[in-house]
Amino acid sequence: MAVTVSIPTILRTHTGGAKSVEASGSTLAELIDNLEHEHNGLKARLITNGSLHRFVNVYVNDEDVRFTGGLDAPVSDGDTVTILPAVAGG
Amino acid sequence: MNRVLVIRRDLVDAMVAHARRDHPDEACGVLAGPAGADRAERIIEMTNAERSPTFYRFDSLEQLRVWRDMDAADEVPVVIYHSHTATEAYPSRTDISLAAEPDAHYVLVSTREPNRHELRSYRIVDGEVTEEPVEVVESYMFAHTGADDVPDCR
Repeated sequence: MAVTVSIPTILRTHTGGAKSVEASGSTLAELIDNLEHEHNGLKARLITNGSLHRFVNVYVNDEDVRFTGGLDAPVSDGDTVTILPAVAGG
Repeated sequence: MNRVLVIRRDLVDAMVAHARRDHPDEACGVLAGPAGADRAERIIEMTNAERSPTFYRFDSLEQLRVWRDMDAADEVPVVIYHSHTATEAYPSRTDISLAAEPDAHYVLVSTREPNRHELRSYRIVDGEVTEEPVEVVESYMFAHTGADDVPDCR
């Protein structure tokens, strides 16, 4: 199963500079574990204490996974997963 | 990357106008420009999903759309701006800890005073803040920023 994952600038240190990588998994959690296998250190930038970081946005195709199950969000062959650090501050 | 923000006056005016309009909520947005040029060309006002006088956050779906549009046009976020409505135009601890675009200039506008604004620019990389001068230009022509129609000699 091939899912294209687009990687934001700040996380490309974990992918050798690549802005797009392939991964597999049927849920976002599985996908992230798969990504971690190939790109060590990426998971810790996305997940803290078993949940997605509050200030990282993850989208499966055009949907923010916060609305589609978070780490349980289903992922299918051919999907595009986009990771964007939230732009926020005070 | 240059140690100065060279920016066209109409873009400065647009950021300040946006900040004034949204006051007392924090305003936020992006100035996009061609990848690799370090030159802001257009303003994209963003919705502050927090609608707060002390916090801002880009709406996540709007951010996806804008980031995709920029990517398709070979643009990057050159400037990420937001306003402080009661404090100085200096990045807060939250601003610093959440800054995640190492190549962007972080611009802060303060609207704490009604008759005068403060606008300052910073680089925020790995938790370190470096202020940089803001050079406002009438046009990028002759400003050594490399716009296509510029008869600059470098």
